[in-house]
Amino acid sequence: MSGFEVFLDPNTQWILMGSILLGLSSGVLGSFAYLRKQSLMGDALAHAALPGVCIAFMITGTKSILFFLIGAAVAGILATFAIGFITRNTRIKQDSALGIILSVFFGFGIVLLTQIQHSESGNQSGLDKFLFGQAASMVQSDVNTMMVISLFLITMCILFFKEFKLLSFDPGFARGLGFPVAFLDQLLMFLIVVAVVVGIQAVGVVLMASLLITPAVAARYWTERLGVMVVLSGLFGLISGFLGTWVSTMAHHLPTGPLTVLAATIIFILSVLFAPKRGVIAKVLLRKAVRKEVLMNKAQCKGNGMNHVKEGKVG
Amino acid sequence: MNDFWIIFTGALVAASCSLVGCFLVLRRMAMVGDAISHSVLPGIVIAFLISGSRDSVALMLGASILGLVTVFLIQMFQNSGVQSDASIGVVFTALFSVGIVLVSLYTRDIDLDLDCVLYGEIAYVPWNTVEILGVTLPKSVWSVGGALLVGLFLIGLFYKQFKVCSFDPAMAAAIGIPVAFFHYLLMGLVSMTTVASFESVGAILVVGMLVVPPATAYLLTERLGVMIVLSIIIGILSSVMGYYLAYLLDASIAGCMISVAGGLFVLAVLFSPSHGVLAKKWMRRKALQDL
Repeated sequence: MSGFEVFLDPNTQWILMGSILLGLSSGVLGSFAYLRKQSLMGDALAHAALPGVCIAFMITGTKSILFFLIGAAVAGILATFAIGFITRNTRIKQDSALGIILSVFFGFGIVLLTQIQHSESGNQSGLDKFLFGQAASMVQSDVNTMMVISLFLITMCILFFKEFKLLSFDPGFARGLGFPVAFLDQLLMFLIVVAVVVGIQAVGVVLMASLLITPAVAARYWTERLGVMVVLSGLFGLISGFLGTWVSTMAHHLPTGPLTVLAATIIFILSVLFAPKRGVIAKVLLRKAVRKEVLMNKAQCKGNGMNHVKEGKVG
Repeated sequence: MNDFWIIFTGALVAASCSLVGCFLVLRRMAMVGDAISHSVLPGIVIAFLISGSRDSVALMLGASILGLVTVFLIQMFQNSGVQSDASIGVVFTALFSVGIVLVSLYTRDIDLDLDCVLYGEIAYVPWNTVEILGVTLPKSVWSVGGALLVGLFLIGLFYKQFKVCSFDPAMAAAIGIPVAFFHYLLMGLVSMTTVASFESVGAILVVGMLVVPPATAYLLTERLGVMIVLSIIIGILSSVMGYYLAYLLDASIAGCMISVAGGLFVLAVLFSPSHGVLAKKWMRRKALQDL
């Protein structure tokens, strides 16, 4: 298959649809995470999902995606509670708490994984696929689940836009106005957990983090308004999902996840370079313009000063 | 003897990671270790493609270069106004993706096992020996031990500077310490330690040992020197106990070592005499009674 023929294949259409929605919803959620300085939460949660998936497999004994999703979500929610508990009740800061939860949960997951390997139902190939992610291997029912959940995430973000906005910029003020800040905080975490869990099977553990971070950081370069940033970030995520899946379908052996992340990274680099006001090129141009202006003013002042001296008006 | 080498390697990794990890925890950069251990992948693949062998000197060189590039890029984006955690996230996921794409493009038929790179297995340590100066030791003991010695030497030499830079960079700058230089020196140490360790014991053990023992020690003391010593002891303790746990359960050694470290951390969170949750509750109750 080459070029645009791939779009005619119904299977590809489904997968494209799924990736686009996944990119869109994680981009939207990511901008809130970015403003709340929780960008690496996605990375920690994606790793923390491993023991959940293993326990789900040990209990049910089947490689059903649904049970994996439930296990991963439960582990993810536990992880957010643990991170919250550590940062609230001890003097350990958020970054260390994230690192601790990420490595301890993942390490525990590896212990469980070796237990599964050693037990008689030793075939854990499905687990591998789930953890490293390959969108092309998804079947239509997976894509359906992904689409429904993505739409749910986007709807929630639209419904709670005002609350999340307040939470991102001034949680103290939000508490003062009587908003249930702790609940909203946990709700936002829950939405991120859901996005991560759904995203893992499409792009894999490590790279899911990127979909929550990169589009949001890129969007931040273009605007100072949250509404615009959320829309842009969603759009960047959507484009990355589309490009990643498209290139992956054309070149058969290339995995979807890394390509999606690379697409997002290219958008990020373009933003760093070309964004108005904050971009590198805009800054260089501005500096040049300012220097020119200053030099001109200086010259003018000098000229004026000379005139003043001549006319004896100084002093 | 094999048991000894595995435990010894684990203890070396724990000690060298805890040493630099203390400064990362204090400087709120705990996730840098995680970032470096992922972003060195393209360096390893490129070194492999150029040298055509799995000779570990070339691979380590490639990894080290990428480690420094990662640190540099993170700092660059941070300086241009991106939040520090977000710049870490953008950089390491991008580099990791480049690595995976390179692997799938070029090494499909060649034996470069991704699992081995990312989840290097500490159980194989005793069988991979190298002879240097007439002494035959497991390769990992050479590399991690070397990293530990370099770390001890540099941190011992510049202990005061590192200390001031971690607690009060503004003051450090004011009294004339080259803050940027010590930042890059620390990051270089982190990068070296990570690269030296993860090839033999797996990325996740390194990431865990960089954060968990220092954070545990952070809850137990107010003094930096004590914190470093404590975190090294806790790290070594976790690797010894983790090994025996793995032996009992017949499970992944690295996974068990981190799980034990996690268990010790939970104990510290609950029972630390100065910062534990229970101690704080008890002190609050006592304060109320006194009232």
